[in-house]
Amino acid sequence: MSLLSDPRWGEALSHLPDYLGNHVRVSLAALALGLAVSLPLAILTRNRPAPRGILLALASIVQTVPGLALLALFYPLLLAAASVTLTWFGVAFSAFGFLPAMLALALYSMLPVLRNGITGLNGIDPALIEAAKGVGMTPRQSLVMVELPLALPVMMAGIRTAAVWVIGTATLSTPIGQTSLGNYIFAGLQTQNWVFVLFGCFASALLALAVDQLLGLIENGLRRRSRLRAGLGAAGIAALVAATLVPSMGRSSQGYVVGAKTFAEQYVLSALLRDRLQAAGLSATARSGLGSSVIFGALKAGDIDLYVDYSGTLWANQLHRTDIKPRAEIVTELKAALATDNITLLGELGFENAYALVMPRKRAEALGIRTIADLAAHAPTMSIAGDYEFFSRPEWAALQKSYGLQFRAQRQMQPDFMYAAVASGEVDVIAGYTSDGLIAKYDLVALDDPRHAIPPYDAVLLLAPKRAGDERLQAALKPLLGRIDVTTMREANLRAAGNDANSSPDAVAKWLWEKVGGR
Amino acid sequence: MPSRPMISYAHVSKRFGPLVAVDDVSLDVAEGEFLAIVGGSGSGKTTLLRLANRLIEASSGTIMVEGQDVQDIDPVALRRRIGYVFQSGGLFPHLSVADNIGITPKLLGEPDAAIAARVDELIDLVRLDRAAHRDRLPEALSGGQRQRVGVARALAAGPRIVLMDEPFGALDPLTRDALGEDFRDLHRRLGLTTMMITHDMTEAILLADRVAVMRGGKLLAQGTPAELSGSGEAYVLELLGTPRRQVERLNTLLPQSGAA
Repeated sequence: MSLLSDPRWGEALSHLPDYLGNHVRVSLAALALGLAVSLPLAILTRNRPAPRGILLALASIVQTVPGLALLALFYPLLLAAASVTLTWFGVAFSAFGFLPAMLALALYSMLPVLRNGITGLNGIDPALIEAAKGVGMTPRQSLVMVELPLALPVMMAGIRTAAVWVIGTATLSTPIGQTSLGNYIFAGLQTQNWVFVLFGCFASALLALAVDQLLGLIENGLRRRSRLRAGLGAAGIAALVAATLVPSMGRSSQGYVVGAKTFAEQYVLSALLRDRLQAAGLSATARSGLGSSVIFGALKAGDIDLYVDYSGTLWANQLHRTDIKPRAEIVTELKAALATDNITLLGELGFENAYALVMPRKRAEALGIRTIADLAAHAPTMSIAGDYEFFSRPEWAALQKSYGLQFRAQRQMQPDFMYAAVASGEVDVIAGYTSDGLIAKYDLVALDDPRHAIPPYDAVLLLAPKRAGDERLQAALKPLLGRIDVTTMREANLRAAGNDANSSPDAVAKWLWEKVGGR
Repeated sequence: MPSRPMISYAHVSKRFGPLVAVDDVSLDVAEGEFLAIVGGSGSGKTTLLRLANRLIEASSGTIMVEGQDVQDIDPVALRRRIGYVFQSGGLFPHLSVADNIGITPKLLGEPDAAIAARVDELIDLVRLDRAAHRDRLPEALSGGQRQRVGVARALAAGPRIVLMDEPFGALDPLTRDALGEDFRDLHRRLGLTTMMITHDMTEAILLADRVAVMRGGKLLAQGTPAELSGSGEAYVLELLGTPRRQVERLNTLLPQSGAA
């Protein structure tokens, strides 16, 4: 099948109004806030070298923080702030999605605006400022009638740079819950859907280019004092904003929001849950690509309504337990503990997606390795790879402690690439997922854990506090409970890891529903 | 002095840190008088001029404008009632000729129609062309035309006093001569009191009623050109020597000009 006739282009296109509208909305708000803060600061500090230096230094430091990190930092920051306002004033705000993304992007936009603002204002011929004074202008009149108009082209160039940066960086706001064109890129990367990745890249690049050209037209008009050019540019920006925002306005009633973490299984399950709710006549959308620590907080705060988590993850990360109990007991205890936060653990889906140490079958047999205890002796000469969070999770600490594991090197990898990496011998061992279909595909083996350092990871459905008594919702979800066994999930995951038209999360979710008894 | 002076400096000094830019200067400018201040660069002549409209504040001494201590006048209001012509124009590059000329009346809140009429009148007065120049930006004008706009701008709010900071310095000799003559004429017709800075003694003698000579912040001499020739200051005589030598040389080189 040719790349152009791939039906995934159509699927990508169907998300465009939503993703693009949200992308423009958050970029626009961030830019407006950034300008509202930086322009007055540039004006206030134009004749004060000391505060000006400090301000520019601070803005430069912000700029050196990677965009993804800056966005990620704002989530816990706002979460803390929200809990403070809740205890002091009885009002909380959502630390999820729009607000942290907008604040981080606004901060990001400040440097070019500040720098060009200050450069523009300081670059004015002092004789003209003297002349403004001489003809009888007050300092304010001099600023408004002479200095700002003369600095405007340079300031505009800064605004242009800021706009392009913000539009580009906004693609990174997906993991903190802000829908953006980055949703294509993150989802595409996780499910090896390169059509999505390409689509997301092109869409955000086109948007940035269009905005850059239109702002360039305004800048050019200001430089040449041509009202026509400046007016055309401004009209173009207004038209662009209207065209991207209006289609997404109509869809703003979102109903139930299904969350998903950043790996393929989660994309498939969230699509499945969304389809089930829609089939029951409930309006539902999926919000995918959320960070593993973001997603639980988002559920607790009611920013998402439901998602699938894993018992062992909740056990270690939310209950901070290090002891290991049998599967059923852990779920029972979790259910009771989560209920104190008013979170409903509706039940298990049926399969387990545990962390496991995985290596090629042939190599394991050759070395006589069957369990993690066997591995420990060889570990000092071996390298291990895990996903982005594995090495900072309590399970890794428990593994190291129980078996005295000490590897020569450890690397972090995109989950979907780990399996190929271990199969090709690039790394010796990976921390894989037991429900991953790639284990079978690459002829890998998951090592036994005789000392039970890793807890069980039953996939469980969690509902937000505000959905605790929602019977329609629960009725729509009940048919899924206990229906998905690990073999089925592995096959689904293997399909999702493919790179063809049937590998999109939506297509796999449909297949999965048919497989587990739906029609 | 027939009447009270329009501008009066009494023991005025201005220090910039350790530098004494103006050193105990006392000087009166009578109503209707055209006073030229002559001096080299660093002589303090520009500082002396700017003290009059408080673009620079005096360190000590008293400056009176129309009988009022400038310290008692709001500096912005003071500047709006004194015309100021800047070296090489000082025109705002983003404003048209008309908007540049009308800026002070606009700041004073005069109605647009009145400003427009006044601007037309001033364009005629400084001998520019309404149709050709009114809506141009300064960058589209020649140096001489720009300085004519600068003069029109200084006159727009109907000031009685005009301060000029080397207004004709950067112009070619022909333009300079024509502009000087035109301004001298305006000064007389409008009954202005004018203080002009120049480093050119010939220009000072040809345009001004009286000439003041500054050096190292001090006022060395003041008076009509004839009175200055009787000065005992060597520097003043040296300055006066230049135009004299020029005249003698011109008379030998161009005898017909003497006959004309």
